[in-house]
Amino acid sequence: MRPDTVVPSAVPAVEPITPPATPPHDETVPHTHPEPGVDPHPPLARAGRALRVGIGGPVGSGKTALVAALCRAFADELRLGVVTNDIYTTEDADFLRRAGVLDPARIRAVETGCCPHTAIRDDIGANLDAVDELAEAVGPLDLVLVESGGDNLTATFSRGLVDRQIFVVDVAGGDKVPRKGGPGVTAADLLVINKTDLAPMVGADLAVMDRDARARRGDLPTLFLSIVGDPTATRVADWIRHELAHHAALHPLAVPVGPT
Amino acid sequence: MATPSLLLLLADGRFPAGAHAHSGGLEAAVAAGRVTDLATLEAFLAGRLATAGLVGAAFAAAAHRAAVPETVGRADALARLDAELDARTAAPALRAVSRRQGRALLRAGRAIWPDAAFADLPATPTGAHQPLVLGLLCAAAGLSRLETATIAAYGTLTGAASAGVRLLGLDPYRVQALLVGLADACDGTAADAARAADDPPERLPAAAAPLADIHAEIHATWEVRLFAS
Repeated sequence: MRPDTVVPSAVPAVEPITPPATPPHDETVPHTHPEPGVDPHPPLARAGRALRVGIGGPVGSGKTALVAALCRAFADELRLGVVTNDIYTTEDADFLRRAGVLDPARIRAVETGCCPHTAIRDDIGANLDAVDELAEAVGPLDLVLVESGGDNLTATFSRGLVDRQIFVVDVAGGDKVPRKGGPGVTAADLLVINKTDLAPMVGADLAVMDRDARARRGDLPTLFLSIVGDPTATRVADWIRHELAHHAALHPLAVPVGPT
Repeated sequence: MATPSLLLLLADGRFPAGAHAHSGGLEAAVAAGRVTDLATLEAFLAGRLATAGLVGAAFAAAAHRAAVPETVGRADALARLDAELDARTAAPALRAVSRRQGRALLRAGRAIWPDAAFADLPATPTGAHQPLVLGLLCAAAGLSRLETATIAAYGTLTGAASAGVRLLGLDPYRVQALLVGLADACDGTAADAARAADDPPERLPAAAAPLADIHAEIHATWEVRLFAS
């Protein structure tokens, strides 16, 4: 547990499959609050450096789709950059460009030498370089999403690389995945269980996944997501907004700090 | 005072300087069908040791020589070494890779030995060549010039060998046995490189591998690469 993180005391209800329309402040999303007196809502304070959020998870769980959804959500709100450790083709770049969600200049790809977990956990220099190069190329950023290569349940991000990490699994990967645990499921700051729209087709029991995630994660938050029904991943975006408010409080503009 | 442990630490492929992402040209050689098995991997490694291994080790040793505390004009010496290594690296892609690896090593070095003489490295916008950073790093760790050259030569072998295991699915025991077979050659290359560092920068070894240069240029144009080089 990071010393700057307050464990939410309220245990959330099971999340609905299709989230409701965006409320201005969704208190059902488990989150932490900044210091008393700090308003965590827009306009967000500018932080001294970008908040870096890792997005990890197995192959095909929907990491790139979540990145695209978050780019849509933050398009007119935040100065955004993306570093991807996934096998990155011009098709992937075209996907983001066609969707009109991100200028290719704001994306950097990192080669991982067939060791995707090494690049985000044990030897993070190339990713840190990519973050620096983004800021040099397009100017100061508020948020950098660092997408991992598709890996297995044991992959996590180094705290030297990211401030927060989201682990994405999907219902089609089997409803036993949360029970298996692994550091991604147990310790990520946010667990996203994706593609809930497919649950009836693959026979996945969301209640089982929710129960197992709770057992594995204690008070750490879990969100169910269907990007088909929610193309801007509303509640994940809200969670990031809360984390941004924390980050701005901890890293004021005048005093840039953090891993270098 | 250097300890054997520091030598091992800096030679370890797990030292966080980005080695895992580089195949030393092997990915391109595999794609070209030139390396397919243990025998061709051994030939590739022997060639790499005699060219990039020797040159890199000599420049690391020369940077180590420039790093000893009483050196005057250290920044000038390092700038000359940087220019000479550029001249020995014909492929622009490989120049960029060497500087990129230099940046990665420098990031680790600054975090571990903040008082080392890294400020004397040439202020090129894309970073100094990796062997120069390695020389300063090894000096800061208290290693000898020969140990420095050994780490450089050894790294050119192990990085590519490890990539061979990953790209070709070769038996890891047999690849290690292959490295054992190359150990004498590696030590000999390091000794040659350490001796060569007594010469002025323009006299340092300039062994080249044109096919590796061509492969590197082609590799840099691939749409999808698993390795950065």
